[in-house]
Amino acid sequence: MMKSKTKGTVLSQSCIAPGIYDLKIKTTLASDAHAGQFVGVFTKDASALLPRPISICGVSDDKDSIRLVYRVAGKGTDEFSRLDEGDDVWLLGVLGNGYDISKLAAVGNTEPARVLLLGGGIGIPPMLELAKELKAAGVNAVSVMGYRDDKAFLLDEFTAYSDTYVATEDGSLGTKGNVLDAVRENNIAFDCICACGPMPMLRAIKQFAGDKPAFISLEERMACGVGACLGCVVKTKEVDHHSHVNNARICTDGPVFDASEVEI
Amino acid sequence: MIKTEVTIAGVTFKNPVMEGSGTFGSGMEYSEFVDLNKLGAVVTKGVANVPWPGNPTPRVCEVYGGMLNAIGLQNPGIEVFCERDLPFLAKYDTKVIVNVCGRSVGDYVEVAERLSGEDRVDMLEINVSCPNVKEGAIAFGTDRTCLENITREIKAHTKKPVIMKLTPNVTNIAEMAMAAESGGADAISLINTITGMKIDIERRRFALANKTGGMSGPAIKPIAVRMVYQASHAVKIPVIGMGGIATGEDAIEFMMAGASAVSVGMMNFVNPYATVECVKGIEDYMTRHGIEDINEIIGCV
Repeated sequence: MMKSKTKGTVLSQSCIAPGIYDLKIKTTLASDAHAGQFVGVFTKDASALLPRPISICGVSDDKDSIRLVYRVAGKGTDEFSRLDEGDDVWLLGVLGNGYDISKLAAVGNTEPARVLLLGGGIGIPPMLELAKELKAAGVNAVSVMGYRDDKAFLLDEFTAYSDTYVATEDGSLGTKGNVLDAVRENNIAFDCICACGPMPMLRAIKQFAGDKPAFISLEERMACGVGACLGCVVKTKEVDHHSHVNNARICTDGPVFDASEVEI
Repeated sequence: MIKTEVTIAGVTFKNPVMEGSGTFGSGMEYSEFVDLNKLGAVVTKGVANVPWPGNPTPRVCEVYGGMLNAIGLQNPGIEVFCERDLPFLAKYDTKVIVNVCGRSVGDYVEVAERLSGEDRVDMLEINVSCPNVKEGAIAFGTDRTCLENITREIKAHTKKPVIMKLTPNVTNIAEMAMAAESGGADAISLINTITGMKIDIERRRFALANKTGGMSGPAIKPIAVRMVYQASHAVKIPVIGMGGIATGEDAIEFMMAGASAVSVGMMNFVNPYATVECVKGIEDYMTRHGIEDINEIIGCV
């Protein structure tokens, strides 16, 4: 589907953990939205002009609405947190490549493949839609989500789609430590990894994966969101297809990359 | 029947609306949003003689009413550009202005010569004003003699009309406009971005890896209008105006200040339909005010 800037309508919003909001928006963009993709959300404040890239946490079964779970990090997201049922919200989308479900189903040695989903902090929301789409495709998934403390937003929802484990930094839930500590502690076997979270976590996962494929979702300061401005790039092992300089565009060539192809 | 055609250096544009180099790629990305046939011209992202990797990230950040960028002119080089981007643009009925960047006079001349044989290229826009590339490029745009000499050198190596893109980071913009004209420029465009800085006070760090970046967006528009006015009154060659243009009304303002054409830059990121809405806005303004020919308003204040 062609990308567009379009007006959506807020269906509901709730605060699901301190500073974390769950926003459901009725939008035509939902008809072609998939796990790993994102939308640009516009503020109504003319001093804060650029679209805020927010990953898709869910797409409704009727393909009529999307769900965004985001953290308030500045004046744009603070404005979004005050959106209420019936409010208009302008969106740019659907952006980014997303996860390739058929590719995930095909990798690995076991039949069906066992996909390990790792989410850290505000990298957790996009993994929920991925867990849902994998289950729908009949792919075995195990989710391991990492939180700071016991405010474990979305965790119970993962259990509907996958075996689910948890790690917390303060040890209040599950394994004390990070998601990789939980993977080791529970001896979780896998054929490939899909991950989203802070950069130190993604670096550790890239190393941990070894020879197994790891698909990681990257974040960077963005402007256009559509591949024109070259603001959000990541260094790549091979020459990128757009600029031929080993700098891929996160917004359009990603945000999901094969970890072996990017230098992070 | 209203007439929106404008002519710059013998090239006739169906309307005066283009987009600012670097905000539109080579048109491919935004062709999903707008019909490129409706634009006066597509101005490409700066292209050099060889691929440039650009600056480290973060390369962009938002500021009040605009943004800062320090992309560093990442581009695939002239060969890939000619093989991929020009054939893409050949499918559209619009003019093509290729923005050229370089680190030395030789770099610019090499690209200008290479493009001289490309029929699809209508004009060259020479970027001697990027604030984010350290090795000399900025010097060409901030020193009168350098600017005049590089203009003359490029003109001697190409038959294509040459637009010199000026930086606002100078004391006297009229002098720079005159220097470009003396060097034989067919037109000038301005303003490029204004050098700025943002500090992330939570992390006690520069917001951009490059420390400084070029500011663009609606917040710089009054500066741009002023400079377009001063430059256009200092020279006889046409001026292409830009800096924070979002609407048809903004475009009209620049044209009244003296611009023969206008570019939409950062606002493409905010409204991907901004260029075509600008065309429509100009037409609406003309109808509302009974203006038959857009040329009537150029420099009318």
